Amino acid sequence: MSGGLLVLAALGTSLFAALLIFLLPERAFRARTGLNLGAALIKLSLVAWMVWGLSRGREYAVEFAVLEELAFVLRADALGIMFAGLSSLLWLFTTVYAIGYLEDSPNRKRFFGFFSLCVASTFGISLAGNLFTFLVFYELLTLSTYPLVVHRGTYRALAAGRVYLRYTLTAGLVLMIGMVALHALAGDIRFGQRELLAEFGPEDRLMLVGLFWVLIAGFGVKAAIVPLHGWLPRAMVAPAPVSALLHAVAVVKAGAFGIVRLVYDVYGIELSAKLGLLNGLVAVASATILYGSLRALAQQELKPRLAYSTVSQVSYIVLGVGLFGPLGTIAALSHLLHQGLMKITLFFCAGNYAEELGIHRIDELDGVGRRMPLTSLAFTVGALGMIGLPPVVGFLSKWYLGMGSIQAGMPWVIAVLVASSLLNAAYFLPLLDRLWFRPGPDHGVGEWPEERRLGRLETHAWLLVPTMATALFCLMAGALAGLPFSPLEWATRVTNVEYLP
Amino acid sequence: MIADGLPLLEATVLWSALLAPLPMGMLAWRFPPQRIATVLLIAMLLLPASLWLLHRVAVGGELQGAGSLGGLLLHWRMDALAGLLLLLTQLVLLASAAYAVCYQRVSALHQRAYARYWPLLGGLAAALGLIWVAADLLTLYAALELMGLCAVGMLLLLGEKSALMAGMRYLLYALVGSLAWLLGAALLLGASGRLDLAGLAANGAPEAVTGIAIALLAAGLLLKAAIFPLHGWLVPVHASAWAPVSALHGALVVKASFFILMQLWQRLVPEAVAAAWLLGGLGSLAVVWGGLQALRTNALKQVVAWSTVGQLGYLMLAFPLLTGTSAAVATLAWQATWLQLAGHALAKGAMFMAAGNLVLAAGKGGLSDLAGTSRRLPLSLMAFGLAAVSLMGLPPSAGFTAKWLLLTSAILAGQWPWVVVLGVGTLLTAAYVFRVFRFAFVEDEHRPEVRSLPAGVDLTALLLALAALGLGLGAEWPLALLREEGTP
Repeated sequence: MSGGLLVLAALGTSLFAALLIFLLPERAFRARTGLNLGAALIKLSLVAWMVWGLSRGREYAVEFAVLEELAFVLRADALGIMFAGLSSLLWLFTTVYAIGYLEDSPNRKRFFGFFSLCVASTFGISLAGNLFTFLVFYELLTLSTYPLVVHRGTYRALAAGRVYLRYTLTAGLVLMIGMVALHALAGDIRFGQRELLAEFGPEDRLMLVGLFWVLIAGFGVKAAIVPLHGWLPRAMVAPAPVSALLHAVAVVKAGAFGIVRLVYDVYGIELSAKLGLLNGLVAVASATILYGSLRALAQQELKPRLAYSTVSQVSYIVLGVGLFGPLGTIAALSHLLHQGLMKITLFFCAGNYAEELGIHRIDELDGVGRRMPLTSLAFTVGALGMIGLPPVVGFLSKWYLGMGSIQAGMPWVIAVLVASSLLNAAYFLPLLDRLWFRPGPDHGVGEWPEERRLGRLETHAWLLVPTMATALFCLMAGALAGLPFSPLEWATRVTNVEYLP
Repeated sequence: MIADGLPLLEATVLWSALLAPLPMGMLAWRFPPQRIATVLLIAMLLLPASLWLLHRVAVGGELQGAGSLGGLLLHWRMDALAGLLLLLTQLVLLASAAYAVCYQRVSALHQRAYARYWPLLGGLAAALGLIWVAADLLTLYAALELMGLCAVGMLLLLGEKSALMAGMRYLLYALVGSLAWLLGAALLLGASGRLDLAGLAANGAPEAVTGIAIALLAAGLLLKAAIFPLHGWLVPVHASAWAPVSALHGALVVKASFFILMQLWQRLVPEAVAAAWLLGGLGSLAVVWGGLQALRTNALKQVVAWSTVGQLGYLMLAFPLLTGTSAAVATLAWQATWLQLAGHALAKGAMFMAAGNLVLAAGKGGLSDLAGTSRRLPLSLMAFGLAAVSLMGLPPSAGFTAKWLLLTSAILAGQWPWVVVLGVGTLLTAAYVFRVFRFAFVEDEHRPEVRSLPAGVDLTALLLALAALGLGLGAEWPLALLREEGTP
């Protein structure tokens, strides 16, 4: 198969799946399940094929002119395929989870249709070859996630959806104006053509700096950078698989990925350093990391605590981007994957607790470890990873960030990392203490808020299996980080090939 | 009418394609079509003709000619823009016809009223075609009047009191507009002794006379195009008409006046910067006012109608961007305008059809009656949503690509106010569109079952909306044709 066709096929898989799902009647549960899983598997194997091909120097690209001097470009480069790989892997797990989670609930057709569209958009974002194409899929992602956020159709869900749209559509507009201005200044910049902006003389510097911050503001809303993060905790009313999608696979990642593209592939890390943009980025990221952790500490419910933890963790990626030097880059790129694996595990677990036992508040978690040992084990893996304990992947991210900050000559960043890790520990360790060491209903103290006994295992198998799988990936990606195609190894490869200053 | 000194074949095909809808409409009056296949068969005759003409124009350049009618010399010319607009018109009319065939089966329209829809449709098609190719003020006047009369006739099909009132109001406005037009045309005729646009542009009347005349012509056209603050007639008309008719009105009828205004402007007063900025300012107010009103109203079809008022404002931004700016800016704005017009025509047609479906199925036209439709009428709501994507200017859609071009043009020209207008317009559009969706997503309320619709009505709306989306990514083909021709 030629390169362009493969890209289109991978994109078309989820688009086609979305179309078919919309056409199937609501009651066609089996057909829809088969379609969902089949599409996810086909997509994953297509992406895997591309990863393999890329490592052997093949080219996968497709493009056509939309306007004079403006092209629609999809191109698989090492960085893009990394994000595509993450999203298609996690899509598979989230699909399995969502099928189990939404069993017997209404409107499943609409849910899975938009769910597939959402994944198609994420794939488009990852392989977009210029800012225009990126924007097309970025906005498509906004549109396709809205019906998922308001899925329940309750007053709270609709209100959250309204806040979500206010933030994201305004951000999209800001982004579009910034991109158009950059286009008017420098023409159609393909990702990787860093020399185009580097050639501008000192008289255009101010404009370039201004546009950079305009674009960062546009990306920052989805990446939930403080003070643009307000939508994320409110979007918690959405069903658990949607939260997983928002936090780990698609939305916040799209924002962070946009920042990565902007700094490395449009401005170039050297120009960004020369214009003094990186210092600002590091400052913003550090503030977000600390603020997010502090707010997480104050939450009394499980999902909001995880949400604020996302605010904090995603900014590790931005922090790594801001650290000038290969180690910072490796940290940023690998954390893009690591955070996804850990966060999706934690949200799956939170969903399991809520579905099986009706647990939403943190003080209801006492003694759950005895009732749901496997889920709690997965939660422990995710939480320890977030704190940064080896051998879970989170450790690697923090290690490289620390090394990167020394390399970049910003040793004070280590203080931020230490403070943040302490805060992570402060809001995760009490949860682990409650899970494993406090007596709960299974020890004869009190009772569960709403126990449902969903399966022969500790909960429904469709919920448990993806949770265990992602937890296992968290451990493997950490313990086997040296092997080829591990996230860290691939991030190092991307850095060495393309970004070594 | 006889073309002189020109490729006879092209002229024959052009005039048969332009005038064929008239006898077809008459035939359909006698035998109203009951199946979509009949409508599609007719399209098989007309669409290839337009495509072939477009191809001829692209290869051989503009076609033009004159014909004498009694003592009068009437001029016409066909360039790529006219060809593209002809194609667009035929597509939208075809969609409306196909939609009407399916829609009349479920809507409460009398068979005799339904039969009358067809000659009016034919007349509208011929009038619009004439407007795209006419090159003198007299032909334009005749075509405008024919279009106006057909449009009013279509409004009266339903025979409801509200539609009747709205129709009469529209007629009144249109007559005032025509009067202004006649005065302007008379002034020009008296000063320079001719009515053809090319001649007027070449050896025009004294500046003062031209100024007054164009002001009168523009006032008449702005009234017919419902540009703020002359938009008063539009909302009741569009909101009360039969759904296939609303779609035509919103998609095409108001655009014709804008097209004529642009033609006159480019030829007669291409340097009037202050007046152009005035028009741009009016357009900006339209964007804001239309958006705010759409956000306040509580009936679905009124939301869609107010949205037209706002979206027409975008088109007016073309005047300041085309007048007295550099060639690069003007080229971008020129392409943006026609892409926006085409995108809006497709999307608004689709949206009125989808709204018609939703209202018909829900039984009532209020926004709060939409509760639960997201589950029961997914296809209609999907068509509404896809059309809205283009209206909001979100990708991938013609609205988005046009907005990109318009933004580029405004930024290159340094005309920052329009950037703000585009931003505000986008957010307002998103606000009223998602307000509709919020009502549709409500699940709590218990609602009686909605009635089911034939698949054809949803499919037509969906296809039209998809065309608006596809045009966003495939914009290069029509725009390249426009670019080759250059801005006049």
